[in-house]
Amino acid sequence: MSGFDLSGLTASFGGERVIGPLSLTVKQGEQVALVGKSGAGKSTLIRLIHERVNRESSLVPQDLGLVNALPVFHNVFMGQLDKHTTWYNTLTLIRPFSRNRDEVRELLRALGMAEKLWLPTASLSGGQRQRVAIARALYRNAPVLLADEPISALDGPMAHLVMELLKERFQTSVIALHDVEMALKYCSRIVGIQDGQVALDESSKRLTATDITSLY
Amino acid sequence: MLSSPTVRTSLIFVAVALISLLFADIAITASNPWRDLGNFFLGVLTPNFFSSEGLMTALLRTVAFAFVGVALGSVCGFLLSLVYRFLPVRIFCAFIRAIHELFWALIFLQFFGFHPLTGVLAIAIPYSGIFAKVYSEILDEADPEPGRLLPPGTGTIAAFLYTRIPDCWVQLRTYTAYRLECGLRSSAILGFVGLPTLGFYLESSFSQGLYSDAGAMLILFYVLIATMPLWVKPKILPVYILGAPFFLGEGLPIVWGNVERFFTEDIVPSPLRDGEGLAGLIPWFNDLMINEAMPGIWNTVILTQIALVATGILTLLAFPLISNHFGGPVRRTSGHVFLVIARSTPEYILAYILLQLWGPSMLPAVVALALHNGGIIGHLIGRQTNGIRLRPDAPTGFNRYSWELVPRVYRSFLAFLFYRWEIIMRETAILGILGIYTLGFYVDSAIQNIRFDRAMVLILITALLNIGIDALGRYIRRKLALQTMPTC
Repeated sequence: MSGFDLSGLTASFGGERVIGPLSLTVKQGEQVALVGKSGAGKSTLIRLIHERVNRESSLVPQDLGLVNALPVFHNVFMGQLDKHTTWYNTLTLIRPFSRNRDEVRELLRALGMAEKLWLPTASLSGGQRQRVAIARALYRNAPVLLADEPISALDGPMAHLVMELLKERFQTSVIALHDVEMALKYCSRIVGIQDGQVALDESSKRLTATDITSLY
Repeated sequence: MLSSPTVRTSLIFVAVALISLLFADIAITASNPWRDLGNFFLGVLTPNFFSSEGLMTALLRTVAFAFVGVALGSVCGFLLSLVYRFLPVRIFCAFIRAIHELFWALIFLQFFGFHPLTGVLAIAIPYSGIFAKVYSEILDEADPEPGRLLPPGTGTIAAFLYTRIPDCWVQLRTYTAYRLECGLRSSAILGFVGLPTLGFYLESSFSQGLYSDAGAMLILFYVLIATMPLWVKPKILPVYILGAPFFLGEGLPIVWGNVERFFTEDIVPSPLRDGEGLAGLIPWFNDLMINEAMPGIWNTVILTQIALVATGILTLLAFPLISNHFGGPVRRTSGHVFLVIARSTPEYILAYILLQLWGPSMLPAVVALALHNGGIIGHLIGRQTNGIRLRPDAPTGFNRYSWELVPRVYRSFLAFLFYRWEIIMRETAILGILGIYTLGFYVDSAIQNIRFDRAMVLILITALLNIGIDALGRYIRRKLALQTMPTC
């Protein structure tokens, strides 16, 4: 399974409902952009989907979830900790194997930061940190990508490069975006969220930027 | 002002201390205390480093016991911290850390004798309990988000090594280094019960009136602690830890018969041992409670409350000494030296010296506890004020102290003070060994009289008292919403 069919998605904060109840079906091969005002519930929805399809997804959360004290390599390698034995992982912590080093370096090269491989994550800029979290999701290589504002800290050309890469590597994805142009360009389907409900659900071919701005 | 809960709490504690003073035995009983004190300072100023080779051996043993004990304690403590969320583990750790190193040493001495194992375990056991608590607090602070992002099916160990340890590594290392410093102090005072460390050397120099030898020992001890950053380096640490066991000395061999006798006979309450059964147990216990435990608890509590408030007053007086907001570099340097000496000297050694000079009463104990703990907290608070930026037209002098600085640091001052409350009580109990009538006095006399059954009950009571004060301290800190830091 790489698409999913979820219903009865709800979430509350302090007794107040912020999401749902709503249903979302994503078929394999669909690339869904979640758009809407900040506070509309996009992040919460991403988290809810992640909880439901955990085993199948690569996640890029908004707060990135990096281990600051570890170098970039280890933060990316963490995406595949389940693929190796504990011994292998422990040795990698001390001295990574060249095979993994090459894989991770290759990924970082695609993201334009191969030279940062051994720097502690804490020393990176906001945009670089965001790309490390993206590299981890790519390395994880799950059938579905769930990303929450993955390009919020990246400049124009880099943002396009990353979206291109995500589109190419993940057949199925759900990406929360506030940039409407980006959503239309790189996603096949647009889901607009307003007050915790689906207010718009349409193929991106049939939409223009102005159709979406009404949500804001 | 009076409506502020922190001020009210402080005033209550001051009132309790003043009432305690009415009951406390505060006096200078020595016939010529100032001459003795003068002789002692003369001894420190004219140290004699070459009187015997005993000094260097004692120094080496002190370091060796500290390294082995703290290393063992940190490994066990780390393992315990992984299961610290289980209540039985928490209770077990609270119990082993509530018993002072010297009490552990007194217990082990009874059956292992003067074997190195006695000293190593006396440090390692209470330290395991402390490490378990603090390590688990540090590990709990780690950012949980990376752990949630790991692919499902990741092994527990790999998850722990990748997402927990790196986040906490610096804090774990800093805390362990701090504990190593404490371990050196603990190791030094183990000499007072006969182990071959600095305390033993100090006691024998003092009893012979060799103040210059004692002075040399104190100076070497300060140098040892002050230069720790220079000789304790991560790279050579394994060498120390692997090498230290070979420098513990031979001691005396363990007589296993003693070990067996201790557990099967010595610590069994005497009515049971003599076949009087449970009927004899009640009068035995009543006698123990009325004649030993109650007076011991009373004196321990009184002394603790006085020492706590004295520590607080000394802290408030001492922190400006190292604060950037007052005076020039000369005064700050001497302030640093004073605080380093105050906090590096174990309270037990301070109390011992003052007791020799002033004669037995609670006074030397109060002064020793206040100097040591006030030195520690004063240093931390003083450093904290250096991070405060005042407006350019802020008042100067005493107004700056009372209007700008004290109100800003008062909450963390109280947090540190309540954190050390339990530590002060643990030390107060142990100072009884020096002849002040706190719980340690009754434990020590029971052991002298070979009544280990009584000694064990009294140690147990001391531990429970410490656990109670610890819980009360935590309750007050929570009530006043004071944040706490483990490294103090």
